[in-house]
Parts: sequence; C-alpha cells; structure tokens
Amino acid sequence: MPLLWLFIDIAFDNLGSNPIQALHIRLGDWSLRFLCLTLAITPIQTVTKWRGMTDYRQMFGLYAFFYATLHVLAYLLVDHALMWRMVGIDVIESPYIWFGVLAYLIIFSLALTSPKWAKKRMGKTWKKLHRFIHIAAVAAIVHYFWQLKGNLAEPLFYSIVVFLLLSFRILVWVKNRQFSRMMIPTGQRILAVAEKQGVMPEVIRKRR
Amino acid sequence: MLATMVAGAGISPTLADNNQSVWPDLPKGDFSAEFLTPTPAELIKNHTNYYEFAFNKKDPASLAQKLRTDPWTIEISGEVEKPGRYYLEDILRQQTLQEHIYRFRCVEAWSMVVPWVGFSLGSLLKTVKPLSTANFVKFTAVHQPEVMPKQLNNAMLEWPYVEALRMDEAMHPLAILAVGMYGDMLPKQNGAPLRLVVPWKYGFKSIKAIVKIELLKRPPVTTWNKFAPNEYGFYSNVNPAVAHPRWSQNSERQLGSGFLPRVDKLNYLTAMASKSHQCIAIWTCGIFSDDSTN
Repeated sequence: MPLLWLFIDIAFDNLGSNPIQALHIRLGDWSLRFLCLTLAITPIQTVTKWRGMTDYRQMFGLYAFFYATLHVLAYLLVDHALMWRMVGIDVIESPYIWFGVLAYLIIFSLALTSPKWAKKRMGKTWKKLHRFIHIAAVAAIVHYFWQLKGNLAEPLFYSIVVFLLLSFRILVWVKNRQFSRMMIPTGQRILAVAEKQGVMPEVIRKRR
Repeated sequence: MLATMVAGAGISPTLADNNQSVWPDLPKGDFSAEFLTPTPAELIKNHTNYYEFAFNKKDPASLAQKLRTDPWTIEISGEVEKPGRYYLEDILRQQTLQEHIYRFRCVEAWSMVVPWVGFSLGSLLKTVKPLSTANFVKFTAVHQPEVMPKQLNNAMLEWPYVEALRMDEAMHPLAILAVGMYGDMLPKQNGAPLRLVVPWKYGFKSIKAIVKIELLKRPPVTTWNKFAPNEYGFYSNVNPAVAHPRWSQNSERQLGSGFLPRVDKLNYLTAMASKSHQCIAIWTCGIFSDDSTN
C-alpha cells in the first residue's frame, strides 16, 4: 500500500526538491515501521495472552525486508546508476551506510529462513538466528540517525519505540529467569517438561 | 528601503513596483559561472537549512516571512580604523552590484546553482580600513527569538549564528555579500537582507541575515564547529577526497536534476578542465591549500 502512495507521489513530483533523498527516506521509514510492528507482536501476544499473531509477525517482517530491499535497490540503481566504483567509495567512506549494510544482511538472512519448512529444519537455531532482529533494529536506527546533520525528530521517535519494545523483551526475559530460579512452574515450563517426557498430547504440541 | 536600494543601483523605483526584476541587467562578476544552469528559483526557495526556524528544509520558506528585515543595520567593529553602524542601503550605495552565478554546495552532499546578486566582501572591508592586526573576520547573524522558534527554545546550536573567515579568504574576489538572487531581492528564507556566499566552502559557512562584522586578531569559535568540532571544521573547504566522519563527500546530488544519479566530483572537475582557469577556481576544493582536511 505505501508503495502505491510512493508511486503516486513520484508521478506528481511530490517528493520535494531532493527526490532521491526523499525516496530513500520514505522506503527506509516504511521498512523501519514494519520492523517495529514485527517487534511489537511478541509483547502484544504476551500482554493479551492471545497467541494467534505469529503469522502476522512473519508477514510484517517480510514487509520490512521488502521495503528494505527497495531502499537498497533505489540506492544502487537510482542514486548511483549501478556505478559500482562510486558505490564502493560511498560505502567505504560513509560509516552510516555500514550500519545499514549490517541491518540489511541480518534481515536478509531472516527473510531467507522465514518459511515454515526452514523453521522446522533449523530447530533451535532458528530462534537464535531470529533474535538477531533486535540487532538489526538498533543498526537501522543508527543508520537513520547518522545520515542526518541535525533533524532528530523521526529517528528519535523510532528509537523510543524500539527501546520500549526491547525493554519489554528484556523485562520478560528477566522475569522468566527469576521464575526458573524460584522454581515456580509457569505454563510454558510444564509443557516443556511434558514434551521432554513424551507425554504431551499431539493437539497441544501443534498449538505451540 | 527598497526604493533607496533600487536607486542605489541606478534604476527607477517604479520598476520594482511593477513586479519586474529589481535589478534587471546586472553586469556579471568576474567569476560568475555562466556555463552552469541555475537551479529553478522555486527549488532554491523551498530547500533551505535555516535552523533558527526549523530543522527541516521546507518550513523556513513560510516561517521566515515573520523575520523583520527593514530597517537593517550592520555593525562593523574590531580591528578597523573606521568602526561604525551602517544602514544596509548606505552600504549598497557605495558598492557595485553584480550577478554572481555560483554553485552552492552543502556539507550534506547536495548542491544547487544560484545566480546571486551581490558585491565583493573585500571591497566593503577596504572601506572600513582594516588594521594590520586584523587576521580574521567574524560574522554574526540576527537574533530575533520572538520570530525564530529554535532561538527561543535554545535548540541544538548556540544562537545567534556565528561564522568566520581568515582575512585572506575574506579578501578573495570570490567571496561576496549577497542581497538578491535571480535579479530580485533575497527571499527571507534564503538569508535576506544580507548574507555571505563563500562558494569554495560548505554552505553552512555562508551565513545568512548578517547584523555584525568584526575583524579580530584570533580566530573565533563558529557555531557548527562548537556543536561538533570533529565534523565541522573552521575551514570546511569543499573537498571530495575528504569525507565527513559519517558520510562520504565524494559525490553530490545536484538539486533540480530530478532522479538523475549523483554527480561524481571528479568527473565534474574533468569537464571543467576545458574551461578557463577562472571557472575552475569556482569549483576548486581548497583554493587555500592548508587545512583542507578540516
């Protein structure tokens, strides 16, 4: 949908005096928004105790990857017209781009491993790999911040959002550790134990 | 004030009233780059970094209209024989206005071509007779917090805006004080009524809305240099080989070129080699060879 708005704006020359820059910011912005949505799913699930949103998380994540890819393609094609020497110089000399590259590599590998069969094949490592999305989010924000001379409003907003989401995750993680230390069984732990002992019914395993 | 300024350029005041150009047929400055296509005026007017008003490039066009530019006095002081406070129109009466087409290159790696209307900074400095102890020229911009929101909030930079040049840079014929563009008065968002244009340096050194010019023995601290000394040096000569700490300066986006790719500075300089050396002087990074790293 945002892509449609973008095409309309390009057609009507609504991108302002520096359209290529505006293009980059637009695409990057949407990528970051979808990234934040993706990060928000798990906290929402935990708070509302509704577990049906995993598919949305995958969808938002893929959208974030989609816009990030367009962002990178716009940079290579429109900004530099595929002049690789220029791209090379620009990337080497621009530290803010390094952070963008890092974020993109992470989200690229996450997109590759996003289908359900990949999730099955990878097992435990899937979760470990997909935790890297937090690093991607931080890298994306640094990338945004660092190409600005001074206008801090938008990146500041995103940093606050990501910070909140991150801290939520950290709080949950801390809480879980405390529980395991205190040996109070939570629903998850009971299920985990049951699974290990091979007594978990098929139905429950599927729902997890 | 408009009438006296126009009269000072030797044109009848009624021309200005008829919505025609204030300065229709100006002589061209020695270094005016006639071979460059000026960026459309609408782009120039709507793409300005004027942090006193807003941190984006669009809003100053509307916010700056609140700026009071009439009457305008400029205080000249410091290491000079004849310090004083002058009305802008009195200064213009003594100077020769010419058209200077220069490329304006921002540190953010975008550029535009502006046909400035202005006079040589050096000729103004000569009239106040600098002393031999004058080594630096310090410019101070206007302080009107009642109409400049970021000044009111003391946001980000230290206000009022301060910039400076070394004496020989100030006396160089390329350095001008501009009062107009496209044959008309400077729009308020572009630095009205008087601004500096130093084309071989990054745009933030071309201070807008000047109220004070001081000649000093020692270099003053300039605004962006104070904010981030490792990013914005005192000299800040345009040099594609020297990257900003966070981004490359090797290429730039030329405004008005739509979706065309960036211009590689090296290619541009090659194209310039066939022009006269005066034209190259406009583009050269580091006419003053020392401290190009900064």
